[in-house]
Amino acid sequence: MSGISIDQIGFIFKGAGWTLVLSALGFIGGAVIGLPLALARSRGARWLRGVTGAYVQLIQGVPLPVIMFLAYFGISIAGFDLPSLVAAGLAMTAYSSAYLGEIWKGCIQAVSKTQWEAAECLALTPWQRAVYVILPQAARIAVAPTVGFLVQIVKNSSYAVVIGFFDLTYSARVVNNSTFAPFTVFSLAAVLYFAICYPLSMLSYRLEKKLARR
Amino acid sequence: MDYQFDFSFLSDHWPALLSGLFSTLRMAVFTIVLGFIVGTVLAVARTQGSPWMRRAVTAYVDVVRNTPLVIQAFWLFFGLAAIQLKVPALMAAVIALTINVSAYTTEIMRAGIESIPRGQLEAAECLGMSRSKMLRLVILPQAAERMYPALISQFVLMMLATSIMSQISVEELTSAGYIIQSETFRGFEIYLVVAALYLVLSWLLRLGMAGVAMLAFERRRKLKTPL
Amino acid sequence: MSNNEIVRFDNVRKSYGDTQILKGVSFTVKPGQVVALIGRSGSGKTTALRCINGLETIQGGELHVCGRAMHTGKVDLLGLRQEVGIVFQSYNLFPHLTVLQNVTLAQRKVKGVPAAEAETIALQMLTKVGLHERANYYPEQLSGGMQQRAAIARSLAMQPQLMLFDEVTSALDPELTGEVLRVIEGLAKDGMTMVLVTHEMAFARQVASQILFMNQGVVWEQGDGSMLQNPRTPELQQFVSSGL
Repeated sequence: MSGISIDQIGFIFKGAGWTLVLSALGFIGGAVIGLPLALARSRGARWLRGVTGAYVQLIQGVPLPVIMFLAYFGISIAGFDLPSLVAAGLAMTAYSSAYLGEIWKGCIQAVSKTQWEAAECLALTPWQRAVYVILPQAARIAVAPTVGFLVQIVKNSSYAVVIGFFDLTYSARVVNNSTFAPFTVFSLAAVLYFAICYPLSMLSYRLEKKLARR
Repeated sequence: MDYQFDFSFLSDHWPALLSGLFSTLRMAVFTIVLGFIVGTVLAVARTQGSPWMRRAVTAYVDVVRNTPLVIQAFWLFFGLAAIQLKVPALMAAVIALTINVSAYTTEIMRAGIESIPRGQLEAAECLGMSRSKMLRLVILPQAAERMYPALISQFVLMMLATSIMSQISVEELTSAGYIIQSETFRGFEIYLVVAALYLVLSWLLRLGMAGVAMLAFERRRKLKTPL
Repeated sequence: MSNNEIVRFDNVRKSYGDTQILKGVSFTVKPGQVVALIGRSGSGKTTALRCINGLETIQGGELHVCGRAMHTGKVDLLGLRQEVGIVFQSYNLFPHLTVLQNVTLAQRKVKGVPAAEAETIALQMLTKVGLHERANYYPEQLSGGMQQRAAIARSLAMQPQLMLFDEVTSALDPELTGEVLRVIEGLAKDGMTMVLVTHEMAFARQVASQILFMNQGVVWEQGDGSMLQNPRTPELQQFVSSGL
């Protein structure tokens, strides 16, 4: 048996849709936590930088499948019975927040010190300095690496397969189990991932070149 | 929350966890060695090869870096089984991991190769060195040293990625955790321990690679330059 | 080409794309001669030097170096470069190797000289340039002048017939140029055939048997050291008086 039916192809596409949902969740959640994290890591008090540094090290030092399991079992012992999307979303949020936090911290630190001093000398409060002077400039620097990291989010969302989340990888696996056409099925899945990731990679690359030229 | 944390599973199951830890380490070391060799060869092809060779390597890197490792592993593992090729799961895992890490290594080593100042290449040329001698004696040793921190980061990430190989029946640390979980139903505590063990592994791997750097890079050893 | 010439430029022309740099350069270098090429930037002096060991190719005229016809494009460059040594403005030492390793590397890997013999020769050359005590230092631990002297030793260790020097003191602080110039002077006294591109007028007058003033891609004027005091052409007059 080496062919797959239209229904099965549709099934796989449905999984792709959920991959996009999980990726979006992961990115938004990661951004919401990542931005304050980036600010704390770059401008915070020493103890704060230490604590947030430990958070980042912890998350970056544990495989995402294990974080997925921790989210999954953590939710159940907290007494909730929620769909695996929640566990996967939590795990992706934690994962993204650590990396986005570090990326954005780097972008904030890349804005030259003289900008901070100039803003200070214009009698702007620390809050105003951050919002009106530093963050806009940091944001410009951050676009390219953030888009690049989006690619990682989409790819790494595939780890949700370990907790049975119905994403592109999971759906491909299911179809493979019934058709035994692994090359067809997983090639299709690969093409779908590639179709999402490659344009993003190219965009990130082009943005980086544009930034370098200025 | 009325949950009682219970780590008693450790007393019976620590051998399985330890065995999984070593299995993970072993997989990682094999992949690092193979991945570095393949990645370096491809980087040389990418910088010194003919135009079609460069395009082929670029295509390879683009495809591997824009598709998830999980899919690559499934494609290989289930694909090989389907064509009746009996490959042990561990081998399939190392192949998939090597292909994956080599794509990233190629880009890292390419950056390293391209960072060597032209003047040195001219000097080597004028001392009568052929391209291959130049690569072996002047370019690659320096490229590897310059890009070493990036290489370490990449290899640690790969070691963490071995965790997904539990999905293709490889016995390593994450699968050990899964088995214990299915017997004791203490999922959260088990995976906390597993997470801690991966942190230990990351630390061990970095230490090991720093040691390799001291051995391989004579200049750092003699001048005591930190990485 | 007579047997007595190591280098012979015969109406050599060379262009980069649409720009012609060498417009008919002719001169010869005999064994034991020290030839200095002087001139403004853009006059073609560095390009002419780099043609000698094949770093640049020519499009017109004839160029013979160490018995090889460079203009035919079928030259055994690897072989040629064992007979012609070059020292660059930016030294280009290999930073991951000690001075001694820098000097023995090409001997061992290109000429196949056994390690012990290579080391002996290396130490001899290092003594000649005054770096015997720093043989086990890394380039980053040395001053610019020392690095340049190490670079000279590295080329000398290949025991070439001809040595080329491309503005080797231009990148050095003034107080360091002296040590390098003294080494070159020593080599001249030993009878090494050399072609130097240099800005050091006084040095050129002191050490060169022939000075060639290049201008607009040709040899504008040539002679020995006295020509700098009595230039025949207004261009050389201007060049000398501007103190370049």
